[in-house]
Amino acid sequence: MQANGTVFVYGDNVDTDVIIPARYLNSSDPKHLASHCMEDIDAAFAQKVRPGDIIVGGSNFGCGSSREHAPLAIKSCGVSCVIAKSFARIFYRNSINIGLAILECPQAAENIRQRDEISIDFDSGVITNKTREETYQAEPFPEFIREIINADGLLNSLSKC
Amino acid sequence: MAMTMTQKILADHAGLPEVRAGQLIRAKLDLVLGNDITTPVAINEFEKHGLSGVFNRDKIAIVLDHFTPNKDIKAAEQSKQCREFAKCNGITHFYDVGQMGIEHALLPEQGLVAAGEAVIGADSHTCTYGALGAFSTGVGSTDMAAGMATGECWFKVPSAIRVRLTGQPKKWIGGKDVVLTLIGMIGVDGARYQSLEFTGDGVAALSMDDRFAIANMAIEAGAKNGIFPVDEATIAYMKGRVNREYQVYEADADAPYEKTVEIDLSELRPVVACPHLPSNTKPADEVNDIAIDQVVIGSCTNGRLSDLATAAEIIKGRKVAENVRVIVIPATQHIYREAMRLGYLYTFIEAGCAVSTPTCGPCLGGHMGIMAAGERTVATTNRNFVGRMGDPSSEIYLAGPAVAAASAILGRIASPEEIEQGGN
Repeated sequence: MQANGTVFVYGDNVDTDVIIPARYLNSSDPKHLASHCMEDIDAAFAQKVRPGDIIVGGSNFGCGSSREHAPLAIKSCGVSCVIAKSFARIFYRNSINIGLAILECPQAAENIRQRDEISIDFDSGVITNKTREETYQAEPFPEFIREIINADGLLNSLSKC
Repeated sequence: MAMTMTQKILADHAGLPEVRAGQLIRAKLDLVLGNDITTPVAINEFEKHGLSGVFNRDKIAIVLDHFTPNKDIKAAEQSKQCREFAKCNGITHFYDVGQMGIEHALLPEQGLVAAGEAVIGADSHTCTYGALGAFSTGVGSTDMAAGMATGECWFKVPSAIRVRLTGQPKKWIGGKDVVLTLIGMIGVDGARYQSLEFTGDGVAALSMDDRFAIANMAIEAGAKNGIFPVDEATIAYMKGRVNREYQVYEADADAPYEKTVEIDLSELRPVVACPHLPSNTKPADEVNDIAIDQVVIGSCTNGRLSDLATAAEIIKGRKVAENVRVIVIPATQHIYREAMRLGYLYTFIEAGCAVSTPTCGPCLGGHMGIMAAGERTVATTNRNFVGRMGDPSSEIYLAGPAVAAASAILGRIASPEEIEQGGN
């Protein structure tokens, strides 16, 4: 499994209220959520993002509420992966459960810059920065989590049991 | 191998003699919770995957508390979807307008959580029930759907930070001051993926309402759960509410902790968390020149009866400041009725506060107190992120009910001592 895209960089503690503000939680329609994704910290994100693009955050990405609408909004924008120094735990498990790829990699989060072009090999955990000709090593997913992501989410993996 | 309190509960629910930090387990659940925002997503997943029914209709709680009484047509459709699912599946613990309260005040009050139980909720503040000595943690809607279908959930066993509380808190110091001080010390990711295990002789000095407020905000330090030992106060709280057997767990004396944080309750001062992180904690009297537009007293953190009692004690016989909107939201119908019987609601209305039916409303920027551009609120809620309660340029100062009430009277951030010293 591979991803290729242009990067949007954000800072530390990107919370679920800025990923998808609660005023839009009166619907869980993916298109509705995607159209407001990141609105309160980057109003133009939903217009700028293209399928396959990648979000890079600092530490504690996705902190705050348990709203699954947050990873859903990101996934529905066509984002192929979120890379961060670290993730808040509910966001982490929600992303895995809905099949949004996420990688913890402090080295990548520190060195990747806005609009860099990168590619990711999920099996090896290698992130290649094509703009800067650098590579970073992320921990590949443990087997248990890889099964859920490969099944495109927890419930698909359950129904295969 | 020695285990923390959390690890012991998880081991028993996974049917294992012992677990260690980092281990992936599947644990049996005693309760699965959802609300009107997260349950519809879970129902969609449940139905999309053709899951046949719920694992136990008595072990699921659905509480319509976030955008209720419904704020708009879309919110009403989401509540309707929850209502129909609950009826179709015979969900015993379904709470609609008129019976519902804010879920994390309601479930303990109704005896739906007991010491030693394992609970997941599709709401991040599900960690509140750690005050009862239960393992409880917030998850997303897909975990809720899987939990409703199977009665189980996967977990990575957390390591733990020990928070040793000592001393007696001074007047006006409540659970919120304790937890905001703690988050200020360790940061918003200071306990990420970990348990916060509270110990020490200071625990006995904290009421159950204080402990609920502290465990409630464990998530604001990134924790998986916060948990208190079970003592006489816990058992007294559960008496008459919990009518089933429960198990009391204790951490092993040599349980492994990543670190220990010491808090002397006697040294605490009333604090506020300034925008835009709950860790941005300052003593209230060091920021008392900040003018405010609104005060919200309520939420799953501080909408309980003792919170309203504290606020009423300060507000009684006074008027709220001109140009400040004060919104008081009792967290459950029971709390609402008791606050009415005890005269607190009369005090609030006499002073010029608006009193609302239970709802999460303003805390997450849903309804019932949304801020315009540049406005400022002192709130007894739990998050002060950008745009949380309205326009992205508005500001939230988090505080306990004493600071919120004093600020309501003086029209600026204020410590309760200022009121006592004749600030009005």
